[in-house]
Amino acid sequence: MFFYLLRRLGLLIPTFFGVTIAAFSFIRLLPGDPVLLMAGERGLTPERHAALMRQFGFDRPLWQQFLDYVGGILQGDLGNSLVTKNPVLQEFFALFPATLELSLAAIVFASVLGVTAGVIAAVRRGSWFDQTVMGTALVGYSMPIFWWGLLLIILFSGILGWTPVSGRMSLMYFFPEVTGFMLIDSLLSGQDGAFISALSHLILPTIVLGTIPLAVVARQTRSAMLEVLGEDYVRTARAKGLAPARIIGIHALRNALVPVITTIGLQVGVLLGGAILTETIFSWPGIGKWMVDSIFRRDYPAVQGGLLLIAAIVMTVNLLVDLLYGLVNPKIRHTGG
Amino acid sequence: MSDITSAEPIDSRDAGRLALLAEFWRYFSENRGAVIGLCFFSLIVLLAVFADLIAPYGPTEQFRDAFLAPPVWQEGGDWRFILGTDAVGRDMLSRLIYGSRFSLFVGVIVVSLSLFVGIIIGMIAGYAGGWLDTAVMRVMDIILAFPSLLLALALVAILGPSLINAMIAIAIVQQPHYVRLTRAAVMGEKSKDYVTAARVAGVRPLRLMFITILPNCLSPLIVQAALSFSTAILDAAALGFLGMGAQPPTPEWGTMLAEAREFILRAWWVVTFPGVAILLTVLAINLMGDGLRDALDPKLRRS
Repeated sequence: MFFYLLRRLGLLIPTFFGVTIAAFSFIRLLPGDPVLLMAGERGLTPERHAALMRQFGFDRPLWQQFLDYVGGILQGDLGNSLVTKNPVLQEFFALFPATLELSLAAIVFASVLGVTAGVIAAVRRGSWFDQTVMGTALVGYSMPIFWWGLLLIILFSGILGWTPVSGRMSLMYFFPEVTGFMLIDSLLSGQDGAFISALSHLILPTIVLGTIPLAVVARQTRSAMLEVLGEDYVRTARAKGLAPARIIGIHALRNALVPVITTIGLQVGVLLGGAILTETIFSWPGIGKWMVDSIFRRDYPAVQGGLLLIAAIVMTVNLLVDLLYGLVNPKIRHTGG
Repeated sequence: MSDITSAEPIDSRDAGRLALLAEFWRYFSENRGAVIGLCFFSLIVLLAVFADLIAPYGPTEQFRDAFLAPPVWQEGGDWRFILGTDAVGRDMLSRLIYGSRFSLFVGVIVVSLSLFVGIIIGMIAGYAGGWLDTAVMRVMDIILAFPSLLLALALVAILGPSLINAMIAIAIVQQPHYVRLTRAAVMGEKSKDYVTAARVAGVRPLRLMFITILPNCLSPLIVQAALSFSTAILDAAALGFLGMGAQPPTPEWGTMLAEAREFILRAWWVVTFPGVAILLTVLAINLMGDGLRDALDPKLRRS
């Protein structure tokens, strides 16, 4: 296991280095002069332009700029946003809890519902329930989630008036940020209705973001369960006369969950991509919306830093999923060293 | 190995081909969903091809007497505009019909582009092995480390927002999947006897790669192509929705949704129909993709 971990880390470092180069090249590939873009409509005198080029280090050779950039990353410095002038890292982590809360809610929603539906569908294979679940899953998998979000807003916010249209919290409430998770912070604040407000803001974005992972998890759980239910040891357990609930819940599910956990873990990239659309629709103040806004504002340091951090998160989670897979799957644990 | 394609590595006889095709169709048609998907997809292809004949009006034709006219079955509806009109008085139905052209175009171009590039890169990496393989796979890992929509969005920001650039960006984001699949298949095939025999017989590397080995690696690639056809349509619509894909007044479905956003609480039809069109098209393709997978890849066949 230790060597497996080392090998995985060994693979990760060159990839991360590559990601750094990619993010660095990104800002240089963009059309236009970064200093002119910063100046915007006002324009610059040639002297001021040269001074700014020097100040930001754009006049130096590319390799030197790259070394500075890497040096900065190692010290946790990703540059400053052109728009707010704040450090990119600080902006990112100020908004990150919002995305994390939404993503966690979506993954819990997708896992709980998806595993349950998948298991029941597999056990009652061929029944109307199975066919409905699989049909719905295929529709969910094909869903343009930005449109799905708009539909839910029309229905639940427009017609029924049950949920708010956008944001994380009603303006009526104000409380200090402790964890950055509205659900927890609103509870800690002890204000009446604050938690309900946070929950009602969270529910639609969660459904929208969780839809595709839900479909994937349900399909994967069903096929993993079907495979396991056909194995000899399940037949043996049946022959021994064990209660069906025990066979399904303990013997089968435990093994079927191995590929499902991997699937859930691999949804992180999907979630962060989906967060871009979901946060835009619901004006959710997270990193997805921040990235889109930064791209539109041509805030290159923010885009560059954001890409780097998001890639780092995806890679870290993928590594953790692999390790978890090694832990729950004895085959890998033994042969993988 | 009862893989249909590798059972008879290269068979130039017509009879053999027909038999393979018949077997493929037998498995494919067993899947009811796949056949429904195929029918619906054919319908969309027909709509796209004959849009000029079928659509009642041009996609950008404005009717100044009918802004946001509701669909015909709703109060105030007009038989001239069966699915209603949008905020500047354009017929929804006509725009949706013309829009099918863009979605299919996106799918075809993105899949061809990423398939073509992916096969070449994957073939070379898998066949050559060694440092070249390692280097190529690291680059693919780097691309895959970014969420695909985010990377596509960033690439479009570099290239400039337009439908063509959106397609290029999506193709770049998708091709690592083809590289990986091709490479894995090639590595599995290249040590087999028929390849060794061909090499000993003096077949040159290029011919060996693309004529001898490639036909036996196609099954997973075809399945992936079907699945990424639908992903390409979804991503292009998402980019259009974010304002980074096709630009107004193009009747691209995602772009139409973006234009309709401000009317969501006033005119449900301008928001609902483009989304339904995207959903049904993608669903049809995914149904077909499932059928293709069942028919082409016995190992993945759903139990």
